[in-house]
Amino acid sequence: MAIFLTKESKVIVQGMTGSEGQKHTKRMLASGTNIVGGVNPRKAGTTVAFDGAEIPVFGSVKDAMEQTGADVTVIFVPEKFTKDAVVEAIDAEIGLAVVITEGVAVHDTAQFWAYAGAKGNKTRIIGPNCPGLITPGQSNAGIIPADITKPGRIGLVSKSGTLTYQMMYELRDIGFSSCVGIGGDPIIGTTHIDALKAFQEDPDTDLIVMIGEIGGDAEERAADFIKANVTKPVVGYVAGFTAPEGKTMGHAGAIVSGSSGTAQAKKEALEAAGVKVGKTPTETAKLARAILGG
Amino acid sequence: MDLFEYQARDLFAKHGVPVLAGEVIDTPEAAREVTQRLGGKSVVKAQVKVGGRGKAGGVKVASDEDDAVAKARDILGMDIKGHTVHKVMLAELAPEIAEEYYVSYLLDRTNRTFLAMASVEGGMDIEEVAATKPEALAKIPVDANEGVTPEKAREIVAAAKFPADVADKVAEVLVSLWKTFVAEDALLVEVNPLAKVVDGDVLALDGKVSLDANAEFRQPGHAELEDKAAANPLEAAAKAKGLNYVKLDGEVGIIGNGAGLVMSTLDVVAYAGEKHSGVKPANFLDIGGGASAEVMANGLEIILGDPDVKSVFVNVFGGITACDAVANGIVQALELLESKGEAVTKPLVVRLDGNNAELGRKILDDRNHPLVQRVDTMDGAADKAAELAAAK
Repeated sequence: MAIFLTKESKVIVQGMTGSEGQKHTKRMLASGTNIVGGVNPRKAGTTVAFDGAEIPVFGSVKDAMEQTGADVTVIFVPEKFTKDAVVEAIDAEIGLAVVITEGVAVHDTAQFWAYAGAKGNKTRIIGPNCPGLITPGQSNAGIIPADITKPGRIGLVSKSGTLTYQMMYELRDIGFSSCVGIGGDPIIGTTHIDALKAFQEDPDTDLIVMIGEIGGDAEERAADFIKANVTKPVVGYVAGFTAPEGKTMGHAGAIVSGSSGTAQAKKEALEAAGVKVGKTPTETAKLARAILGG
Repeated sequence: MDLFEYQARDLFAKHGVPVLAGEVIDTPEAAREVTQRLGGKSVVKAQVKVGGRGKAGGVKVASDEDDAVAKARDILGMDIKGHTVHKVMLAELAPEIAEEYYVSYLLDRTNRTFLAMASVEGGMDIEEVAATKPEALAKIPVDANEGVTPEKAREIVAAAKFPADVADKVAEVLVSLWKTFVAEDALLVEVNPLAKVVDGDVLALDGKVSLDANAEFRQPGHAELEDKAAANPLEAAAKAKGLNYVKLDGEVGIIGNGAGLVMSTLDVVAYAGEKHSGVKPANFLDIGGGASAEVMANGLEIILGDPDVKSVFVNVFGGITACDAVANGIVQALELLESKGEAVTKPLVVRLDGNNAELGRKILDDRNHPLVQRVDTMDGAADKAAELAAAK
């Protein structure tokens, strides 16, 4: 079954005709994703060829959905136009919008997030500034390499792209139900809690690995959620123990201000909720392995 | 990016938030002319991005032009909590203050919305008000699309229980301050104190603004607001090359791809350092997804140029990036640096994993550079890099 994305998902790409969009559409197709169209109002009616597949370009998300039955959109449009692209996806009421674009202004994200809420949250938003999600062996929506691991029974949710890949690699022989990169921006659509809830309900997931990093209090709130709602084993990792206060560490959201948002506070909150927390990605993978092996 | 008070004042003025006249200077002599323009008296205020400057003696009233020069001389160069004062703002003397309030807008990450905060107990540290008298600090969510209309402003004013005689004026300030927040792509705008003065006017006497670096594409003026003097020279050099670099105070130089992995690398090196004389990471450097030879060379050049660095740990997980490209990047980077006459004398520990890792490792083995060692696990490589740094 997996979460959010399955082999039944019909995927469109907003920004497919751009260079990033083309590169990753090709990769998504190669990993078996059912891509049914691209969106670009200026190129509606044309097609783009990818290794033999002719993918039609539609003028709007709405058109694409009406003509193909698409239920997932992956957004690669440049940061200047990202808000409009997400708003268009929300207006079309598509089920899932995966926003890959990096460097989106926080006011833009705040506006499209508020807009999604005003429209009744009919569209699940993942990102922005995220690697997307993959359900190995079924579908891949975003930029996560498809060949790191295989289908299995671990669910993974992570703020960081490369740590997602690292953890998939560490546990590649066991395999994953779904891996969701939620992004490290100050405002994101889908949170750790949303993914934890979905993995808890997913019959194909036996264990959940969650990766957090400094900044905000999402991990602390996830810990509260786990305590109250998650019965499956959860293994955690938090990056940024050595990050100094007041310095942004790459991700716009990865900044420690005052006493809040530290890795230590997050680790303690997770442990208090019964989550085993590893000191390094490798140790975290070992903890997961021990639980599954036992 | 956090701004200085004078920069915040300028942005407030631009968007109609009432402020006092003020000018920034960086030499004591300039205080004379400015004070003259301000009517013969001025308040000399240290420009530092840290609280508590008043208690530290960084704010002084000057009674005439000579006094302003003397006070500016006292304050310029002063150290306030580790921040050297390079600039002072001379502000018009405020009329007598009757009451001090607090207003701000900020990002509420937890609730994924914007938040207005307001209190009639301004003038002091707002964290203290929040901790000791939480009922005195009103917190009102603001919808990013609806913004702060006059009606919303009145809601905030009512929630914070502003006195009736200033309610309309504070509401006007709240609308102008929201304009500042949105038009400047700010993550925080704060006025503290917002003062009611004896003639009944309401004035922003001090403020803080923090801007969103992601919005630079539509905020061409913001680049000029950056405090280049304060940036570490290595950070400035890295920024000029488009590298995402933060200087830290350890000995092991770090290069990696992806912010999360690099943060994790810093931690792993710090743990490994506990066994090797307590060595620590010397920097954060994320070369991003496509680690071309040029990007790798730029990164290595910055890190090898850091006199604190004793060993370097290159930690790459090939996701989209192929490890053979990264390995070629490292080899070419070393050649590039050596051809520039820069002797590479610091050992490099390289860990490559993921996409095309075998090919990448082979490239490094074939090149067999005397200073490059490869270790194929992240924890093992961190240990080696820490050991090499400790041995130097």
